[in-house]
Order: sequence, then structure tokens, then C-alpha cells
Amino acid sequence: MSDLRDLYQDLILDHGKKPRNFRKDDACTHHAEGFNPLCGDQIALFLRVSQDGKVEDACFQGKGCAISTASASMMTAAVKGMTVEEARRLFVRFRDLITGVDPSTSDSELGKLAVFDGIREYPNRIKCAALPWHALTTALDGNADPVSTE
Amino acid sequence: MSAATVTPAERIDVDAIRAEFPVLHQQVHGKPLVYLDNAATKHKPRAVIDSQTHYYEHDNANIHRGVHLLSCRATDAYEGARARVRRFLNAAEDAEILFTRGTTEGINRVARSYGELLAAGDEILITHMEHHSNIVPWQMLAKRKGTVLKVAPIDDAGQLDVAAFERLLSPRTKLVSIVHQSNSLGTINPIAELIAKAHAVGAVVLVDAAQSCSHLKVDVRALDADFVVLSSHKLYGPTGVGVLYGKRALLDRMPPDEGGGDMILSVTFEKTIYNKLPHKFEAGTPNIAGVIGLGAAIEWVESKGLDAIAAHEDDVLRYGTQKLCEIPGVRIIGTATHKASVLSFTLGEIHPHDVGTVLDMEGVAIRTGHHCTQPVMDRFGVPATARASLAVYNTRADIDALCAALHKAIEVLG
Repeated sequence: MSDLRDLYQDLILDHGKKPRNFRKDDACTHHAEGFNPLCGDQIALFLRVSQDGKVEDACFQGKGCAISTASASMMTAAVKGMTVEEARRLFVRFRDLITGVDPSTSDSELGKLAVFDGIREYPNRIKCAALPWHALTTALDGNADPVSTE
Repeated sequence: MSAATVTPAERIDVDAIRAEFPVLHQQVHGKPLVYLDNAATKHKPRAVIDSQTHYYEHDNANIHRGVHLLSCRATDAYEGARARVRRFLNAAEDAEILFTRGTTEGINRVARSYGELLAAGDEILITHMEHHSNIVPWQMLAKRKGTVLKVAPIDDAGQLDVAAFERLLSPRTKLVSIVHQSNSLGTINPIAELIAKAHAVGAVVLVDAAQSCSHLKVDVRALDADFVVLSSHKLYGPTGVGVLYGKRALLDRMPPDEGGGDMILSVTFEKTIYNKLPHKFEAGTPNIAGVIGLGAAIEWVESKGLDAIAAHEDDVLRYGTQKLCEIPGVRIIGTATHKASVLSFTLGEIHPHDVGTVLDMEGVAIRTGHHCTQPVMDRFGVPATARASLAVYNTRADIDALCAALHKAIEVLG
């Protein structure tokens, strides 16, 4: 089994303690809520998507563990400025990374998100990292139902 | 509490007890297993494991119907377990002991079946410290029948506000459903007193004994409890089995909530006559091996003695409370005067889920999350807690391992 530091890397701890884009956006165009009933994590995600399909702003609020908070923080930073299609592609790439479907981190697409590389060694924590991303796709789909990790 | 009456000769030999639990003797992530998640489920002693293996290797057959020897042996073993449960709970007769899948099913059964006898406007009183399984079935009943759910508050120590509980009782209160010992706080409720108060207004009382029955005597006749529910797997028995005790006078009035084989006396397409108790409530082939395992678990618990088990757990709980309080940032959630076997806590700003992962890597198994008691978490203003919970096989050394792992968590995440 790998070292705890592979999971709790400095970048993750930093974003977990001081999440970026941690605010509410009453004027958002897309919104979704996510729950992890296993540990009580919850996240509210707010997106502003322009007419031509660009994510102009992304922010979130909620309470969660270091992993889910860092994941939400880094996700909102990553998708800001992307087109909706690019954001959806990044979700698939991130999901494949953390579930081990495609563990390579050599491509530039993931950027800083490659730091979540170590999480696949902790199967019961994958849901924590995935929760904000499921909220992202739900928000982009315009689905009003809260998303759950279960 | 009664634990004080344990004499030295009756004390637990914890090394001998640990030797009876095969699962405890292993390493996880390269560290010796320290299992502190006993409120979720307890491990099984060799005697329980062997009872199920013996059943499958020698007696396996369906019950209550065959003329052949194996069926007779299986029926005897199954009904023998029912008699053992009856003695364990001091019920008046075997027919008042119904086997279920667990505590959750027991409560749901009462809500479905006894709930049929209730009317719109009838009130059901629970407490703020109930498990979701003692909240949701009553919400479902309220939707179905128009009954009203009332909740008695708890104080900052996690103790029931008994005066408020009493104020919420009225002639409209038809059923009171209360936990004997809270799974997330450890609080032990003054159950006899609460039952007496509820009976004074004519309400029937269901006692959730899931957490208490492994170390507190639940004497249904001394308590005058109307319903008692428990789970085998929290009593050192197999999963998938539980008990619903009900007074015969109530069970006789209640309609069966499941139809099928074994619960009937005769069936035609025009008319079905239901079987007598307890079979009226046991449709279909039950978990025969599980029930036999529960019987073996009760026999095992009784051989150690509930008072001796409680005294041992209380010693480890006191030691654990003291040691946890020495760790900077620890806040214990649930500080009732009368509590048992549960240490719920938060560690500074570190999320309990992260604490749980670090502890796991150190070999220490605890539960993190809301423990199916989200209203309790809301009451204390936390999203979740870390919970170490004790069984008879835990030791002070387990607490030392927990504390060492918590220091590691502070080092990694603090």
C-alpha cells in the first residue's frame, strides 16, 4: 500500500484548507447539488455559461473532507475559461485517472489535476474526489435533481 | 450501574476472549488490526461461526414442514433459538419473539402493521437522537395514514430532555419509539422511566435495543416494554437476522404485513386463514442458519455475563475518554452522564473522513460520517464525527493505538 502522502499531497492539502472559488453565485446560469450520503459531504456548484457555450465562471460552497474540497476547488479553477465540451472531456479524463482506467499523467490535459493520481490506491476515497465532477456534469446537463455518489 | 456488582472472579479475561475471535488476528496495511467499529457491527466468536457451519454441514433443511429427520433437526434448532431469545429478553412466551432481518425491519414492521391500527392525527413521539431507521418509517407512516411525528429534544451533552419529553406526551400520543442507547453519542436513556410516562397517557412503547443489548439487560417484562427490536450482528451474531419482541395482546391485533408460505393455516382463492403467532409474521423461508447463529451468540454472551462485559467496556471507555481529551483539538460529541461503549469526536478542523483514512493506514478501524443520525450531527453543528466504539474484546492498548494514530493524523493533515 502506498504512503499517505501519495493521497494527501501538499497541493491537495492546500486546496482542502484554502479552497479557491469558494462562494455562492446567485446569478449563475447552471447549478447543481451533490451529496455523499456515506460521509455527509455536500456541495453546491454554480456555473456561468455564456451564450456561445463557454464556462465564464465556476464556484462552489459546501462542506466536505480534504479530498472533496480540494477536488471542487481545483475543478472550478480548471474549467473556468473552457468550453462546455472541453469541460466534459476533462471530466472523462479525470474520472479515468482516479478510477485507474487511464492512469497516465504524462499528457498536458490534466495539468495540476494529475495530483489526484494517488487516489486510486484508496478505493473508498474515489467518491470524495468524484463528487464535484458529478455535480459539474449534472449542472451542465441542466438536471435539477441532486446528484449522489451512491 | 449494575456493572459495579461484578466481582473480581467474574471479570473478563480479555486475552482468552480475543483468542475466540479469528478475525482479530490479522494485519491491515501491514499493521495489527485494531477494530473499533463495534457500534456498526461486532465480530463473531468461533462458537457462532461453528454453529452455522455445523447447521449447513449436518442439519440443512427447510423448517416447519418436512417429515424427514433433517427438517425436524433444523426446526428444533430454529425454535430452540427462539426459546433462547425469549429467555434472554425475559418474554412471557416464545410466540412473542418474531425473527426479522434486523432492527430496521423490526421498526418498519411495527410502523406498517401496528401503524394500520392508527388514524390521522394520532401522534408518534421519538427523540432527537434516533437512528434514521427510527425516523424514516414514521415519516412514511405519516404520509400513508396522516399520523403526526413529534420529536423530543436533547441537551448539549446529548441527553434526552426528559421534562420536554413528558410535555410532548398527551392523549393524542399513540406510540413512543425510543432508542435505549444512542449509536452516535453513546447516551443511555432512562428507558423504564420513559416507558412509565408513556404508558400514563396510554401510548405503547417501542424500544430500539440495537446498541444496548450487547451489554445491558433488556428485561421486557420488568420494563413493561410493548415492542423491543434488536439486531443479531451487533450482539456478536450473524448479519441479516434480528428480533422483534411484541406483547401478545398487541401482536394478535396486528395484521400481517407480508403474505406467503408459513404464515397461513389454509389458503383458497376465496379466503386465507392466517397462522398463529409467531408464524403470522414470518412469511417465507427465514434465515435459518442466521437465527441459529443468533442463538449461539446469545449463549456466548450469557456465558461471559452482561454485567462483566459492561464493566470491562466501561473501563476501556473511561480510559479512552481521558486519553482522547489529552489530544489537542479533540472534541468529544456525546458526554452524557449515563453512556456506554461509544467515543464520538471531531479532531480540530480535520474532516472525520480524512481522519478515518489515516487511521485505517495505521490499522485502526473506526467509523466516520453521520452514523445514520444526521439530526444529531445538525444538533451539534458538525457534518460528521469520527466514532470509536467498543466491544468486549477491546483493550486499553487499542485506545493507545487509536491515540497514536490520531497524532499521525494531526501530523499529516493538521
